[in-house]
Amino acid sequence: MAEKIKLEVVTPKGSVISEDVDIVTAPGFAGEFGVLANHAPFLSTIKIGSLRYKQDGNEEELMVSGGFCEVSNNKITFLVESAERGAEIDVDRALKAKERAEKRILEAAQKKENVDRVRAEAALQRALARLRISNTEH
Amino acid sequence: MASLKDVQTKIGAVKKTSQITNAMNMVAASKLRGAQQKMEDFRPYTEKFNQAMGNLSSNMESGQFPLMEVRDVQAVELVLVTSDRGLCGSFNSNIFKLAEKLIREYEAEGKKVTIVCVGKKGNAYFRKTGKVRKSYTDIMGSFQMFNARAIAQDVAANFLAGDADKVHILYGKFMSVAVQKPAEEVLLPVQPEAGEAVEAEAGSAAGDYIYEPSPTEIMDVLLPLYMNVMIYHAMLETGASEHAARMTAMDNATRACKDMIADLTLLYNKARQAGITAELMDIVGGAEALKG
Repeated sequence: MAEKIKLEVVTPKGSVISEDVDIVTAPGFAGEFGVLANHAPFLSTIKIGSLRYKQDGNEEELMVSGGFCEVSNNKITFLVESAERGAEIDVDRALKAKERAEKRILEAAQKKENVDRVRAEAALQRALARLRISNTEH
Repeated sequence: MASLKDVQTKIGAVKKTSQITNAMNMVAASKLRGAQQKMEDFRPYTEKFNQAMGNLSSNMESGQFPLMEVRDVQAVELVLVTSDRGLCGSFNSNIFKLAEKLIREYEAEGKKVTIVCVGKKGNAYFRKTGKVRKSYTDIMGSFQMFNARAIAQDVAANFLAGDADKVHILYGKFMSVAVQKPAEEVLLPVQPEAGEAVEAEAGSAAGDYIYEPSPTEIMDVLLPLYMNVMIYHAMLETGASEHAARMTAMDNATRACKDMIADLTLLYNKARQAGITAELMDIVGGAEALKG
């Protein structure tokens, strides 16, 4: 059996995952990156997107929103604002959030308010990531 | 001596008060459970966060980040995290006392002090001093991380604009259900706790970290996040402390009510007995007179 790396995902609402896994793929600052066992020490910010990991041949996927991750001593730790498994995602809520965010972006564009726009865009990205992941589950 | 009727109404009133305090005690107990849970859930996040911050900052000179810049202190800002509601014993006044002590010390050195209030009680207390720059009320009930973010952004902007050279955060630290202590920490400039344990552990590996993007850019993201974490943490602690303090205060109040009811009942019985005795004396006196 291949060597494993310890994956930990921690959010302000508590620890979500703490398991030994084979490979982790995450949405990093400069694009997706994969981490295998015995990776060199590494620190990266995390964008909104999907975090995938493989454990004994099963692939799992989570939606993560902004934060950062640290790899050291054969352990990968994600500190993110939120992390949800596909089944936990509230599709209705995500759909509503998507509509709301799209409306806000339009409004902000008309008023030329950058702050609102940045926030609405982040909300839209989160909603889209949630929808995408919940779709792949079914 | 008070009349029978007076004592009776008083007993009724005290009984009703004790019902209320008892109910508040129970409400506080159940809310405390929730608040404590939230605090415990957040703990791993803060621990990991501080570790990463320690690792990162030990490789960097702090001078290059505006939020870490140590300036000559002219103006000080206090972020005061108190509860929104009262009836929790001396919990809030303990925080005020600590704040006043700090204010006195800084003002004695001729420094300007401003206050940012989180929670209604702080605002109510310090409003008249004219030091309150901003206040956030009615958010202690069901706060979320994004409440903390708004506060952090505001405080950081004020610091970067040079209106405050040092920012303290004051909150009620939750030691246990029975003990809550007012606590004070320096929020800005950011001084990450590069704890010795962290240093030792990181010492071997810290040097050859791969950073993506560059360490400076990561710090730009992490520093505001660090403030969020600190403020959110203070809010959680204050929240839990408030409920614990209220629980104790209400428990004391209920007990005081019981004592009062016992005293009043004694008084009532005495008064009643005195009445009976007086009546008896009357009857006996009347009978004696008839005999005569």
